Amino acid sequence: MDAIQKNLLEQIADLHDVPAGAYNIRANGATASRNTTANIDIVTKEDKQGIDIVIKPGTKKESVHIPVVLSQSGLTEMVYNDFYIGDDCDITIIAGCGIHNSGDLMSKHDGIHTFFIGKNSHVKYVEKHYGSGEGTGERIMNPETVVHVGENSFMEMETVQIRGVDSTKRLTKADVADGGKLIVSEKLMTHDRQFAETTFEVELNGEGSSANVISRSVAKDDSKQIFLAKINGNNRCAGHSECDAIIMDNAKISAIPEINANHLDAELIHEAAIGKIAGDQIIKLMTLGLSEAEAEAQIINGFLK
Amino acid sequence: MLELKDISFQVGDSASTQKEIIKNINLTIDDHKFVAITGPNGGGKSTLAKLIMGIEKPTSGKIYFNGTDITDMSISERANLGISFAFQQPVRFKGIKVKDLITLAAGNNLSAAGACDFLSKVGLCARDYINRDVDASLSGGELKRIEIATIIARNTPLSVFDEPEAGIDLWSFNNLIKVFEELHDQEKSLIIISHQERILNIADEIIVIADGNLKSQGPKEEVLPELLNGTGSCKFYREVTKTN
Repeated sequence: MDAIQKNLLEQIADLHDVPAGAYNIRANGATASRNTTANIDIVTKEDKQGIDIVIKPGTKKESVHIPVVLSQSGLTEMVYNDFYIGDDCDITIIAGCGIHNSGDLMSKHDGIHTFFIGKNSHVKYVEKHYGSGEGTGERIMNPETVVHVGENSFMEMETVQIRGVDSTKRLTKADVADGGKLIVSEKLMTHDRQFAETTFEVELNGEGSSANVISRSVAKDDSKQIFLAKINGNNRCAGHSECDAIIMDNAKISAIPEINANHLDAELIHEAAIGKIAGDQIIKLMTLGLSEAEAEAQIINGFLK
Repeated sequence: MLELKDISFQVGDSASTQKEIIKNINLTIDDHKFVAITGPNGGGKSTLAKLIMGIEKPTSGKIYFNGTDITDMSISERANLGISFAFQQPVRFKGIKVKDLITLAAGNNLSAAGACDFLSKVGLCARDYINRDVDASLSGGELKRIEIATIIARNTPLSVFDEPEAGIDLWSFNNLIKVFEELHDQEKSLIIISHQERILNIADEIIVIADGNLKSQGPKEEVLPELLNGTGSCKFYREVTKTN
């Protein structure tokens, strides 16, 4: 792995070296290195690009890292990763994609991650997206995540895209069984002429199921963001979606929440707020000695933390 | 330390909407002085405080801080020269923690223990607050105390407090008095806008602002009895009613 790829890896997975536990590092369209453990197996798909990650029932306190880095300008790929998580597991999965494009051709990584989560399991899934490189070629990522949350299981998903991705269309689809719980936390910042669209479609099928989808975003310069969140309450359930966005410069943001109650005991709430940074917040930080630009940066960093 | 020369402040663009909030005020505040500014609501006290911090710019007149003309300086420049400002209604932030705010105020890499010291001074159990966001989850009184902790952390030669007692409970009020006395003992200058007799009572000087004018300025011993005694208690307030 070269220095550029190592930097991407650090940005998306906080990795300075090979991680502990199971991992599969994909670089420029091929597996660069892999490790499996007694409880976690990683198998290359034979019919298409991608891997199957199989986690044995009862696996606790283990992690899987599956970062993807692209440093070859003009590379486009479509990857399918499937996660089979057994009953009674407690695991952390760290994915993420970094693109460094120093050329003029478009680099693109599209991926579909599908999670089949058994019963009584807890899965924490972290995904960071990052782009760098001086080239004029676009850096594009279109991730799709499909989650099947089993009975009494809990899926916690954190996604972060802060810099350098020119265009992204993210789709997250989930269905939640009896007693299951889904929490999604999205942090997004777009700048220059970037475009980002995120769509959440959640089916609360199980009795006592719940979902909380929270998005915080900042749109700067001439960038554009669209947030769509749809929660269908099909049983006695609780669903909540929240989009909180800061708009700056000439950016444009749309938030389109949708909640559908298909059951008498479905309790669904949506909240969406878009606004510029409050003037009194900047003034307060300036009275502490920060310049206007420093105050603005501090407010944004805090908001996206 | 601070001198206001012929300061006026107007709002409104057209002649019909124009209103003079501060009318040609001249004021000198000496080093190490504790000055309380009082007067009726809507009389221009908060505006005067904002003019000192640079949150509002005067329509005419000059402001000098330690001999330097700060009239055209930004809020940040004034802050870095040594002026602090406690908001009447403290600002809330999503994602900024109490510790972050106090660290920014202290202007250095404050240890958790250091931040805790400042919070203890305003009567907050630091452990419960240090990692909380300065957001809507805090009550008005909690927020107000954190605001005052940021001013203690700044440790500047001049601190301006805009109605620090508003929203503060009785217990905190006793503490608040102690905070002001301590700052005063450290030879800092304080300008406190207040309606509270107990605060006026510990000031060196009292200034009365009403209807945008400086109605009275003098040692506490002279001004406070005038404010409190007999018909004098509404002297300044009556004048406002008359002029309005």
